Amino acid sequence: MGEKVFMKGNEALGEAAVRSGCRLFFGYPITPASELAEYMAYRLPQVGGVFIQAESEVAASNMIYGAGAAGKYAMTASSSPGVSLMQEAISYMAGAEVPAVIINLIRGGPGLGDIQPAQSDYFQAVKGGGHGDYRNLVYAPSTLQEAVDLMPMLFQNAFKYRMLAMMVVDGLVGQMMEAVEFKYDIDPDSIPVPDWALSGKKMHGGKKNVNTSLELDPNKLAEHNFKLFEKYQKVYENERMFEAFELEEPDIDVMIVAYGTAARIIKTAVKNLRAKGYKVGLFRPITLWPFPDKELKEYAEKTEHILTVEMSMGQLIEDVKLSIFDPNKKYHLMPYPGGIVPTPKEVEDKVIEILKGGAK
Amino acid sequence: MGNLQVVYEVPKIYTGPNHYCPGCFHGIIHRVIAEILQEEGWDDISIGIAPVGCAVLAYDYIDIDWFEAPHGRACANATGIKWAWPDRLVFTYQGDGDAASIGFAETSYAAVRGVNITTIMVNNAVYGMTGGQMAPTTLVGMKTTTSPYGRDPKYAGYPVKMAEHIAQFEGTALSVRVSAFDPQHVLDMKKWIKKAFQYQMEGKGYTFIEVVSTCPTNWRMDPVKAAEFVKNEMIKVYPLGVYKDVGEEKKEG
Amino acid sequence: MPKKVRGVLTIREDLCKQCGLCVSVCPVHILDFSKTKINSKGYRPIELTDPDKCVGCAFCAMMCPEGVIDVYREIVEVAE
Repeated sequence: MGEKVFMKGNEALGEAAVRSGCRLFFGYPITPASELAEYMAYRLPQVGGVFIQAESEVAASNMIYGAGAAGKYAMTASSSPGVSLMQEAISYMAGAEVPAVIINLIRGGPGLGDIQPAQSDYFQAVKGGGHGDYRNLVYAPSTLQEAVDLMPMLFQNAFKYRMLAMMVVDGLVGQMMEAVEFKYDIDPDSIPVPDWALSGKKMHGGKKNVNTSLELDPNKLAEHNFKLFEKYQKVYENERMFEAFELEEPDIDVMIVAYGTAARIIKTAVKNLRAKGYKVGLFRPITLWPFPDKELKEYAEKTEHILTVEMSMGQLIEDVKLSIFDPNKKYHLMPYPGGIVPTPKEVEDKVIEILKGGAK
Repeated sequence: MGNLQVVYEVPKIYTGPNHYCPGCFHGIIHRVIAEILQEEGWDDISIGIAPVGCAVLAYDYIDIDWFEAPHGRACANATGIKWAWPDRLVFTYQGDGDAASIGFAETSYAAVRGVNITTIMVNNAVYGMTGGQMAPTTLVGMKTTTSPYGRDPKYAGYPVKMAEHIAQFEGTALSVRVSAFDPQHVLDMKKWIKKAFQYQMEGKGYTFIEVVSTCPTNWRMDPVKAAEFVKNEMIKVYPLGVYKDVGEEKKEG
Repeated sequence: MPKKVRGVLTIREDLCKQCGLCVSVCPVHILDFSKTKINSKGYRPIELTDPDKCVGCAFCAMMCPEGVIDVYREIVEVAE
């Protein structure tokens, strides 16, 4: 602890989960996430944990659903096509209020796509790829260090609010090698087993626990939905996270909105533009749900131009427009599908073009 | 006046009334499971996994911890629960559609891995809850709502023999096919379910009990005739017996 | 007086669904649906037509899906 280790992203994410107290990993190989599973297969037996290679992502997501209902930290990691297969379990976990952690290393799609980094699972993560009304905690770190720093919060918040916590990173973060520091090492024995967990009647006072998402009485199901959304409201109030980079002045030329690796690249573009005298800044959501809509709207007051740079075709920009809710502003989009990563120069050129009045 | 000696008392942890049709074997199987768990004192450490199917509300009928699984996924959920609490008694209770159609991969892999869980699969050749559609175990020629002319192998293949299928895997400790159509077979079923639970507690591997059962409503038969249909017709396609037993006793049903 | 063993049943009438499985397995054929009673679900619950003949085998209890029947044995004196 405390020293910097040079690690591959997927391995660092795995180590972060282990040090957060997770001792159960159920996964299925998929590029670019496989090394996370491989790392867990190697690391978990060393710490008395269990790694199971599931027969599919359908099975893996159902295994974390079972382990979470049993009150234990459990995790899986996958990439876009695999996460599509997990939507059933995600919906069930929301309805049954079961906590777990899923890491999605997003790749270009739709369909089989390619294995290059993308952000095109935004809707799937935030608007719900599974059926029914529900929300997941969705965290989008921008660097490997931030992902490692956030990891314990995913498990703890998942259990605090009894819901799924998802970390979305583009495939790049899993594959890159960077120096990271682990500032924590949580002993799983220090994590209490919740009263509602399926651990056998003798563990919770002789009274049976039932974990289900079934409710055939429509009045009761309606009540349950309202109760879930009261919970989500609390999450919204307490857990919004964002970063405002170079947005201090009351008057900004262009505000760029981006998250994940795209945001990291934008910071370089912002620095370069600032050096040329442009008043440009970055608003970076860290939680994609709950989305920091209130804060985005406040910062948007400072500018007429909002440029959304996303590695998708126009998913983030919908929430940007919805948050700001002002038809008099100009909303620009730079979409990067297919696994192409934006370059600082492309973004700088775009900002200059916007300010010259020619861009849309 | 003599004093009353107990011959049989319904287990306290079998909590009714239930919603099953008259004469449905679900009630018999639930009651027998409850007997075993209460007699052995295992109810305090048991976690049952309920399916999607007629037994979707099984969690109301036996007083233990229960998990409601998505359709077919029970063995995957149970794998997660068992690795969370390896010393608990974890069992899945599934129909033929749940375990052998949508759940075929999950059920098979529980056997492949030899996870120490028990699956009790209720085989009544039909999808009961959804109104009587064809199941993997529907007999050739049998009429169901999705095989109105009788099951035709050209389109629908042949009945799936799960006890035989599960027996092939090295991770399987016990794979037995039983029934409950008369008191002798009910007692035999109890013996094998108890043995399956015992093997689980001893860490011997995956245990699988297939119970050939009735669906009086969707077979359009009264309960007694339905039980006779099991005895006279179903057993021809699904022979009772022990298909794998890593313990010593080997006996034909 | 000579003695014999006799079965004694507890019947939870409200749980009975009139499925007939117990009736079909009783070796002394003394179970039948009541001709006079209807339970809260609308079924005619089972009753013993000749309690003295009950041998306490518990076949009925073993077959019952609903857990309607408890079975006891008592030793009674019989008239010659």
